[in-house]
Amino acid sequence: MTQDLLSRPAEAGSPTIERADATASAARNRFGRLRRIRPVEAVSVLVLAFLVLASLAPTLFTAIGPFDTSPADAFRAPSLDHLFGTDQNGRDVFARVIHGSSTSLLIGISATALGVGLAVILGLIGGLGPKPVDFVVTRFLEVMFAFPSLLLGLIFITVFGSGIVTSTIAVGLATAPGYARIIRGQVLLARNSGYAEAAVALGRSRTRIIVRHVLPNVLGPLFVLVTLGLGQTIVWASSLSFLGLGAVPPAAEWGAMLASGRAYIANAWWLTVFPGLFIVLSAVAATALGRSIQQRGRES
Amino acid sequence: MTTAVISGGPVAIPRARTAGRRILSRVAGAIFVLWAVATISFFIIHVIPGDPALAIVGGAGSNVTQEVLEAARVEYGLDQPLWQQYIAQIGRLATLDLGTSYTLRTPVSDVIADHLPSTLILTVLSLTVAWILALALAIWVTRGGRIARVVGSTLEVVSAALPHFWIAAILVLVFAVSLRVLPATTAPGLPGVILPVVTLAIPLAGFLGQVMRESMLDALESPFVLSARARGESEFGVRWIHAIRHAALPGISLSGWAFGSLISGAVVVETIFAREGLGRSLLAAVIARDVPLVTGVLLTVAAVYIVVNILAEIAYVLVDPRTRVSS
Repeated sequence: MTQDLLSRPAEAGSPTIERADATASAARNRFGRLRRIRPVEAVSVLVLAFLVLASLAPTLFTAIGPFDTSPADAFRAPSLDHLFGTDQNGRDVFARVIHGSSTSLLIGISATALGVGLAVILGLIGGLGPKPVDFVVTRFLEVMFAFPSLLLGLIFITVFGSGIVTSTIAVGLATAPGYARIIRGQVLLARNSGYAEAAVALGRSRTRIIVRHVLPNVLGPLFVLVTLGLGQTIVWASSLSFLGLGAVPPAAEWGAMLASGRAYIANAWWLTVFPGLFIVLSAVAATALGRSIQQRGRES
Repeated sequence: MTTAVISGGPVAIPRARTAGRRILSRVAGAIFVLWAVATISFFIIHVIPGDPALAIVGGAGSNVTQEVLEAARVEYGLDQPLWQQYIAQIGRLATLDLGTSYTLRTPVSDVIADHLPSTLILTVLSLTVAWILALALAIWVTRGGRIARVVGSTLEVVSAALPHFWIAAILVLVFAVSLRVLPATTAPGLPGVILPVVTLAIPLAGFLGQVMRESMLDALESPFVLSARARGESEFGVRWIHAIRHAALPGISLSGWAFGSLISGAVVVETIFAREGLGRSLLAAVIARDVPLVTGVLLTVAAVYIVVNILAEIAYVLVDPRTRVSS
């Protein structure tokens, strides 16, 4: 047992030289560091704001419609007239990518909301319910974990067919088990904490304890999960579209655009590179923002 | 767990007993998960809108007579009551009979036996490459200065967020279209497997790199590294003997998850590179709604997943000496 204690990585209170140094400087900087907006966060927020603006008002960025064809201008390389070039029907790729943000973001946001919503329900039932209920929820999650996420989505599509709506639901369902496990853990942590115990001792009602003590402790990590998850769902939803199971061409959805552009990859690289770049941009911005907030949580 | 307390001395039997009990409970858990997966897949067949018999004889819209449909129903046992079909299905699965594919008309187990090896090679190679990339990144980031930290963590976040199909497209553009050094689609031998493996390995390396770096930083601040330094262990020894083990631990425990994400990725990557494999068969089966093939592939994946998780647990114990002493 003593051996075990010795070899454990330094936990709170075990003073190693570097740790002590780090905490001292952290204490000095804590106030400033928490308030200062990091460059990563500023850039991520700007990128996300740009994408949201593009989804709400695409005409701000481009006067060309996403379906305006002009066969004479097919396969133009990127230039000042056509920032991202044109596709096989002479449609402007930049206009299509900008107009596509609303579809792609909406799919990502709905899928995340569905996944997290289901996860909160499962997590709360598991974490707060009586033992047998928790047992069932835990076993259920265990079974769901035996399916890799994308495959879970594929089962759903096998049953209900492909399309934007079913692929969105599929991605949402596929992400739920992972979130549910984290949320259940958070609920248990809050439920077994000293302050929850104190509230019980004070004779507070069960609902009051849940609303005042358990939920606030679940919501913080939840925000991080949502931001981190958004990046992943955008990638997965566009993967499904890419495979032909979600949005289908000529829809201006990033994954579907990339899929139809792939046939011309040898002579028109811009058809695959730019829609993909927007997927990457949104996913990276969401992930970087989520991770940064997560780190703040750890430092404070 | 009381046996663990008693076994302070060189008593081998109690430890073997706990190990045996642990293995037994793992096997029971595995059988439970497989049974649940089988049950879920059975009910998938029956909640599917539309007549399964129609899917068997050629999909919706095909012109078939009532007799043909009836014959298909009898052939696949769809005329029996639901509970009898369920028991028959579980019985068949217990003898590894996964049924017959609707579209290919061959036993599902044959299809899987044909395609599983190729996918396993792909995933194992990708996992290895991802591991090497992630460890290299973790070591570089933890020993470098500020710049290494910033570049390293940017690389981790960006590569973890890259979609497989985009990496594949870019790699094909660079190495097949421009440089013409590697084939754009699958080819026999090593050159054909490089691009698919790299495509799968990059995002995974980003994920693993993040956890490995954090764990390595933890290790470098821990008492066991301090005592190693006090003993006069060289910096090289500290990193490559003590800290690297610690960095590998979360990577090992994530291997089961990583394997799952690689299988998901294989669906995309095998399709893009036109590579034979389980993922591509699964996608074709999903599009054709070939339910026996879909469920057969899922059961196989679940079984392999369980085996990988157990292997990861064993590897964890082998690498981390602490788990051998207590618990």
